[in-house]
Amino acid sequence: MNRRTLLTSAALALALATTAFAQDEEITAGFIYIGPPGDGGWTYEHDQARQKMEAHFDGKVKTIYQENVPESADAERAITQMALTGADIIFTTSFGYMDPTIAVAQKFPDVKFEHATGYKRADNVSTYSARFYEGRAVQGHIAGKMTKTNKIGYIASVPIPEVIRGINSAYIHAKKVNPDVEFSVIWLYTWFDPAKEADAARALIENGADVVLQHTDSTAPQAAAQEAGNVITFGQASDMAEYAPMPRVSSIIDDWAPYYIARVQAVLDGTWESTDTWDGIGAGMVGIGEITDAVPADVKAEALALKEALASGEYHAFTGPLKKQDGSDWLAEGEVADDGTLAGMDFYVEGLTAEIPN
Amino acid sequence: MDLSSINPVLLIASIMVSATPILLAAIGELVVEKSGVLNLGVEGMMITGAVVGFAVAVSNTSPGLGFVGAALAGALLSLPFALLTQYLMSNQVATGLGLMMVGLGLSSLIGKPYEGMKAPPFPKVEIPLLSDLPIFGRMLFSHDIMVYFSVALVVAVWAFLKYTRAGLILRAVGEAHDSAHALGYKVRHIRILAILFGGACAGLGGAYLSLVRVPQWTEGMTAGAGWIALAIVVFASWRPGRVAVGAYLFGGVSVLQLNLQAAGADVPVALLSASPYLITILVLVIISARGAHAAPASLGRPFHASH
Repeated sequence: MNRRTLLTSAALALALATTAFAQDEEITAGFIYIGPPGDGGWTYEHDQARQKMEAHFDGKVKTIYQENVPESADAERAITQMALTGADIIFTTSFGYMDPTIAVAQKFPDVKFEHATGYKRADNVSTYSARFYEGRAVQGHIAGKMTKTNKIGYIASVPIPEVIRGINSAYIHAKKVNPDVEFSVIWLYTWFDPAKEADAARALIENGADVVLQHTDSTAPQAAAQEAGNVITFGQASDMAEYAPMPRVSSIIDDWAPYYIARVQAVLDGTWESTDTWDGIGAGMVGIGEITDAVPADVKAEALALKEALASGEYHAFTGPLKKQDGSDWLAEGEVADDGTLAGMDFYVEGLTAEIPN
Repeated sequence: MDLSSINPVLLIASIMVSATPILLAAIGELVVEKSGVLNLGVEGMMITGAVVGFAVAVSNTSPGLGFVGAALAGALLSLPFALLTQYLMSNQVATGLGLMMVGLGLSSLIGKPYEGMKAPPFPKVEIPLLSDLPIFGRMLFSHDIMVYFSVALVVAVWAFLKYTRAGLILRAVGEAHDSAHALGYKVRHIRILAILFGGACAGLGGAYLSLVRVPQWTEGMTAGAGWIALAIVVFASWRPGRVAVGAYLFGGVSVLQLNLQAAGADVPVALLSASPYLITILVLVIISARGAHAAPASLGRPFHASH
């Protein structure tokens, strides 16, 4: 057997193997991640959901993913590559993938796209997000009750509506229980950089904050808070239970698995269509992690009651009277914010002192 | 604007912590480049050092051993790079990039069982007398030993390159490898030693991140620090003193801008965020504007005795 026939038969064998393989797997679902699955936060939860979804379909669905994809021109290349590899549905799991997702979707009309936390849709592009701000309301309540210095630090990532909503919601509910509370916000312009996140937490603590909220993806701020002692934090995107009971006193947990299962099922059934999903605590997309004993029992009870009220829809996290930062009226007494305003939120509520970078 | 909440003592202390990983990695890379080798794999060696240092420190509850392990791991990872580029004459840029990717992949593999674990505390060394000084004691003389080590290492590298015969030979190899070879110096051996030293330093820098600065293991935690170290070597025009200036400036402005944000300074945040990069480059370019600032003449060129 000369070299050429050897190669040919090898190629043939490979091709056969792939076809045999492909018969079991009806569709391929692709995922684009902003960080590594081991970040312990945002990407970790997406990856857990991916694995649960794959297990749910028991071999019928193959999943592929690419991690550490920057929110730049690289994103378009990575998504295109994934579409070319034969993915039938692609989940792009960061806000900054919005325009790249739309651009690639135009080139691949037969591939379904699902973009997390964005607002641009097309015939083959759905969006999905969770009402994290409901979780932020619970955090704000606990933070306002527990701060002794009345200074709450907030590690923010990128100035997009989702992050601004979180800051507003946490502030409103902290202020409600503690009128003296002040927020310092640090913008990092990154979702994932453990060293920077730890430095930011340290800077906030050194400036007097004894509660640190984070909207970045790694557990680094938790470690920095633990080192400082007497500072409380909240798990972000994932439970981060390894830092309980102190500094982490509770958390917001993203649960994407039911959504991923439903959407992939729709592709299998041929019933997939472009939708806009925005679920909160009630639907189970946002979970509140266990509130630890570091929180006084009465505060814990109030926080759980708030969580229930948000879940049942009896209370909305943005309920008037509320004013914007510049003092203009936003919501009248008893009025609740509409989803359109929330989705595009680009202003702080009254009382927050800093400016939103643009 | 009320900046009174910024405590200068704590600020300087944080700056020293923030600058140390980059300083360690950069001073190692400086020696490598001085010997005429461009190793772009700093990021990969750093993150391998971070994970191995963390794993060793956790397993033995000894951060000191962790740093030793990290240095060994960094050096070990740089060994294939050394052999490929020096004996097999592979392209240094491509091999360096490969090294980076191997390091990133390897570190996530090694690090899986260590996610979510806590690092054993690394004690601060109070220097007798000096640490009792008001203000300066807390600011400069109450750090962990690696901070002092990194500064001492810069001085040692500077003295080595400037005053020792071995340092002169290393520079000769980096400037004109053919001449050095003609004089009977073992160009490849010297370069391999320099590469191993660079690897060990990068490993230490990474371990400083995972054991002191963050302190925990998270996949991908170096997040580009290795590339900053590489850039600092270039902008410092291959001078140890300027590398220290660059690393402290970068670390300093990074921490300062976070503090300014925390204190609510009235400066656009986008400008603050970009400031570490802008200021470091600007200052290093200005101080390098006069005098010699050329790269080692043989930098990145492969060497073979028959050429």
